[in-house]
Amino acid sequence: MIKAIIARIQQGHRTSNYPAQQPTLPDRFRGAPRLDRDLCTEGCHQCADACPTDALVLEPTRMSLDMGRCLFCTECTQACPTGAVTLTNEYQLAARRRKDLIVEGEFEPRCKALDEQTRRVFGRSLKLRQVSAGGCNACEADVNVLGTLVYDLGRFGIQMVASPRHADGILVTGPVTENMAVALRKTYDAVPSPKIVIAVGACAIAGGPYIGHSQVRNGVDSILPVDLYVPGCPPHPYTILDGLLGLLDRLDEHGTQATASRQLQG
Amino acid sequence: MNQVEQQRLAGSETKPAATGQSILPAKRALNGQAVLLTDIPNLRIESFRQSLIQAPSQHRRVAAFFGVGEPDGVRLYAVLAGAGEGQLFVMSSLVEGNAFASMTAECPQVHLFERELFEQWGVRPEGHPHLNPVRFENPRRTHDGDVASSIGIADFYRVEGDEVHEVSVGPVHAGIIEPGHFRFQCHGEEVLHLEISLGYQHRGVEQAMLMSPVKRWLPYMETVAGDTTIGHTSAHCQLTEALGDSSVSGRAHALRAIALELERLANHVGTLGGVANDVGYLPTASFCGRLRGDFLNLTAALCGSRFGRGLVRPGGVDFDVDADQCRSLIERLDAAQRDVKSALNLLWDANSVQARFEGTGALTQQMAEELGLVGVAARACGLERDVRHDFPAGFFRLAQIPVSVAQSGDVFARAYVRWLEIQRSYAFIREQLQNLPSGPIRRACNSLRPDRLCVSLVEGWRGEICHVAITNSEGRLASYKIIDPSFHNWLGLAVALRNQQISDFPLCNKSFDLSYCGHDL
Repeated sequence: MIKAIIARIQQGHRTSNYPAQQPTLPDRFRGAPRLDRDLCTEGCHQCADACPTDALVLEPTRMSLDMGRCLFCTECTQACPTGAVTLTNEYQLAARRRKDLIVEGEFEPRCKALDEQTRRVFGRSLKLRQVSAGGCNACEADVNVLGTLVYDLGRFGIQMVASPRHADGILVTGPVTENMAVALRKTYDAVPSPKIVIAVGACAIAGGPYIGHSQVRNGVDSILPVDLYVPGCPPHPYTILDGLLGLLDRLDEHGTQATASRQLQG
Repeated sequence: MNQVEQQRLAGSETKPAATGQSILPAKRALNGQAVLLTDIPNLRIESFRQSLIQAPSQHRRVAAFFGVGEPDGVRLYAVLAGAGEGQLFVMSSLVEGNAFASMTAECPQVHLFERELFEQWGVRPEGHPHLNPVRFENPRRTHDGDVASSIGIADFYRVEGDEVHEVSVGPVHAGIIEPGHFRFQCHGEEVLHLEISLGYQHRGVEQAMLMSPVKRWLPYMETVAGDTTIGHTSAHCQLTEALGDSSVSGRAHALRAIALELERLANHVGTLGGVANDVGYLPTASFCGRLRGDFLNLTAALCGSRFGRGLVRPGGVDFDVDADQCRSLIERLDAAQRDVKSALNLLWDANSVQARFEGTGALTQQMAEELGLVGVAARACGLERDVRHDFPAGFFRLAQIPVSVAQSGDVFARAYVRWLEIQRSYAFIREQLQNLPSGPIRRACNSLRPDRLCVSLVEGWRGEICHVAITNSEGRLASYKIIDPSFHNWLGLAVALRNQQISDFPLCNKSFDLSYCGHDL
């Protein structure tokens, strides 16, 4: 017992002070894209040609990047000769509507909270059932890590539970393989209403690298209504946490802790 | 008939073996060395069978066994790994008709390969004891055309008798974990037999490698098993580099090796936290949960991604480190290792934990050998099997890491081997960061050369990752085979659970810590 106490003291206090403070992210972190059409050279198509998932679309007058499809790899930024495409270190990427993930210039975090009535039900206690439907275990791992003492999901009243019957919603990863479609549907049906669906990662949003395969359904919203999209391959744990807290209206416009009065309204 | 086939038929069968030890002809190759298809002996099916059946008695293991469609039928390829020899043996045989005599009864380690062959190509291994689908690929190819298959519908093994009952779990499990279906045949609490039925994660990676544009290859490799991004991308890049005769700088090799060992550190620490959690020892479980992230963050410091996405690229790596970054990485590594040591010493000191670990889910060395287990599961049974040692390629030709083994084959041994490997990987990374070779980090790669086969092995944190590619006469991929270590090891878990308490399943499962998507592809 004494050894455990000594080890406990040695390990120290490790829970981050997010959301009171912004998290520290790696210097080389690849977050929200920034596009500048004015820098493009006439007829250049290199970024779009390099994109493995066709997330980048170049039209004569318009350039857009679908963060739902984006793997946040470096292919487009490396291919671009003029720096018209860059990836910033902005980690707040979640959105409520699929179309909000399409970036044309600079991405502005705009995750809207759930409506007031739903927040009244889930605002202080949100139980989620995680379903992996073809995920590669990276998104799963970075959802799992939210339960560790660094992120300590429980302090926000959010918990991952073992049964859909105990859950207020499901958090889905993976492109939804044909072989998991029925199981996913059954899990969703087993969650009592009202319920929410969260799609985490490029696969769950649009199929990821597997988009267009006959073995997958190209994302969760092909079979279920999605309330929150969290882009990334995989999304950083803080990106997922930011999305969850945004959904519950726990964050102010800077992505840090909302005021106490605002929290209580939920 | 093209030139390759003519040469094959012209009598490579009669080619004598290079040494007396190898009785049957096979093309010898090193890990990551491309060979001409014309050099691979085309055996008659009976000789081919004998090669595989005799492999274990010659201390060789079936590393890969798969089919490739040809105009005249399905050609079987086998890669045998001769550990003591540091050599790989490649051979092929064209199946006449649509069946061959199963080898599973005489050589159990081919059992899943044969099931896969049947599912993917409709070639029936006659006499296979349990020819269930491997991944429930849809539609399943047969000799008489395609048939639909339905996941979860199969002829599962069943024990019958008084007081025998069946427990069926999954595909959706209680934790944040990938899907799979487990069927336990129990007598009371005792498990008589466990059948593991997977396929829920099947995304069609292998077929897509042949049909999709080249720009999708790396995203596929990075997500074959997302927790083994470095392992699978390293195996893939080693393969394409060999097939194109492209060279990689020493610095890039070193950075790949560092990333590979960081991946091992993060995952082993996570697994040990998981087994601590499964026996209810929460201090270590809690500390390791955090520490795993610290190692992932070191990988993120290298390349921006906690899982190493974007780091390993054909011709080298995409991110370099300067001297300051090396120093900072070493500092953070030291701090994390100090805490890992304190967290794990608690685990080894707790008698209650040891009582739960020892003797639980034990496999004998003979069983591990027969099943062809790889990685931690094999080393925990006293088998010195480690690609870094047996088939060194890349940086491991220059720098060695001792092979970590334990003897008891139980949960304790699997946990302890991980602890030994954590210490050795830590020492390795620390040393390499202090002595990084100079040079470019990435060189341009040549296109793939035609009519070649290459086998690429990497010791991922779970064990031997094997990629085999074959190019056609135009230098395009004709076949891409991926064998995650989990493909060999899932049956090991099933066998380890026999005569155990069903309540020990989570503990045994975590001690193997296998991949679902790596198996399902």
